[in-house]
Amino acid sequence: MTLENITDTASEHEGDTVWSEGGGWLDLVPRWAQMLFVFVVFVALWDVVTRFGFVSPIILPSPMETLLDLIFVGKNIFTGGYMLGALWITLQEVFYGFLLALFIGVGLGVIVGETAFGERAIMPYLVAIDTMPKVAFAPLFVAWLGFDIDSKVALAAFIATFPIVVGTAAGLHAADTNSRYLFKTMGATRLQTLLKLKLPMALPQMFTGLKIASVGVMAGAITGEFLGGGKGLGELIRTAASQLNTPRVFSLILYLSIVGLMLFAFVSWVQRRFVFWHKERVHADGE
Amino acid sequence: MPAAAALSPTDAPREPVYQLSHVSKTYARNAVTALDDVNLTLRKGSFSSVIGSSGCGKSTLLKIMSGMISPTKGRVMLQDKPVMGPRRDIGMMFQQATLFPWRTTLENIVLPIEIRDGKKAAKAAEAQARALMELVGLKGFEDTYANELSGGMAQRASICRMLITEPAVLLLDEPFSALDELSRDFMNMELQRICTSRDATAFLVTHSIPEAVILSDVVYVMKPRPGRVAEVVEIDLPRPRTLDMMTTPKFGALVEHIRSSLDKEAFV
Repeated sequence: MTLENITDTASEHEGDTVWSEGGGWLDLVPRWAQMLFVFVVFVALWDVVTRFGFVSPIILPSPMETLLDLIFVGKNIFTGGYMLGALWITLQEVFYGFLLALFIGVGLGVIVGETAFGERAIMPYLVAIDTMPKVAFAPLFVAWLGFDIDSKVALAAFIATFPIVVGTAAGLHAADTNSRYLFKTMGATRLQTLLKLKLPMALPQMFTGLKIASVGVMAGAITGEFLGGGKGLGELIRTAASQLNTPRVFSLILYLSIVGLMLFAFVSWVQRRFVFWHKERVHADGE
Repeated sequence: MPAAAALSPTDAPREPVYQLSHVSKTYARNAVTALDDVNLTLRKGSFSSVIGSSGCGKSTLLKIMSGMISPTKGRVMLQDKPVMGPRRDIGMMFQQATLFPWRTTLENIVLPIEIRDGKKAAKAAEAQARALMELVGLKGFEDTYANELSGGMAQRASICRMLITEPAVLLLDEPFSALDELSRDFMNMELQRICTSRDATAFLVTHSIPEAVILSDVVYVMKPRPGRVAEVVEIDLPRPRTLDMMTTPKFGALVEHIRSSLDKEAFV
């Protein structure tokens, strides 16, 4: 609702039954301002807690300290310091982990979603493995693949694969009876039905899986570094924490979250490009 | 409309296109007889309808006629060749347009060609698809994505998709029942126009008696338990039909006749 709609309620003729439909003043405040408000309150509370010594600076640094460290880390990264190297390592882990998860996840998802055997015989095992705490496998990956980036890629991919499998398998069932009927009457082969009907229909759910995976792949890479060493940002966080350098931990987490956010945003962008038809359809149905 | 004369009942009967003789279907799983000894003949250029309450075997009949399932007894012959599986000379249309939203209207229409003969053939069929779109009044929507079409327009597109393979018979499964009544009447008249201009042989499954009467040359009244054709009603209203005919006494008498025939068992 715009400002114009609300103020434009003055009666033009005597006896008009024009009345306010309500709608709070908050509807008039733009979203960014509301978000900014929450941020300011949060930082103010944080500042109060640290300024008046409610919490030791070792446990919680002040906002200003954190900001200064944020700038320091940023400078180091953008001037090609050692932190850029660490960032690059983590980015590689995330990239290869995601790629691996994508191939394995879609492949397994098609097998599980398309074949009766896969659904009956393979899916139960996938569900069983999915319920396990997957980070507990980290030491195994280190033992198998060493302290280099391979073990982190493996853990990241391991965590990210399952949502993609589930999204793909579930999505392959999205095609309605009529569409399948139509494809049958057109004499479509199984492969044609998969490629021209089921996979396109599955895309919305596959992308839901990919988004969950894009969050999981970050967690996997960082956990891998925590538990298996390496030279990435996770290792820097672990070192900083062991030195009680809390501002550094905070600022590294922030840069890490930017990486995660960028990956998520990238997946969303690809989704909008390829599944442009889905949102519009929901909109049309909702009318 | 010159082709309309061909549909006139005064002409000599034209050659049969689709023939079912003594067709029965029993589902082994629960020993239900879905269809019992159904005989029907669709003549070239004719419009036939089947009407009946749910469970009368309409959808089983349609599945057999579209080559989706096999009858347990009887002969199903289309253009003198037995129907034993999906065939390219069968065109189908459903209650839902079932267009694919990631394809443009044109791409949706040439999909049957793409599936059967590949992308190249589909490209070559685009000119034909454009002509069909003009026939159904969809000109200008070639590059519109399917989800942006209204319900009636989507069904027009699905008519084009059905016609693109030049099928010998059109099987219509309640094609306009998802539309509002005004659009439905209008689309039925459009369907008549399109069928006439293509000299198409059509077979319609419907729940609506007036719809069956206004469109058809022959109405098959089906009854359940076991699913069978109880009566064959010839509709000798003149062609082309118009919506105004729905107020004539003759039309009313035909509707009433079919309704009473259905009522005898419909609610048992």
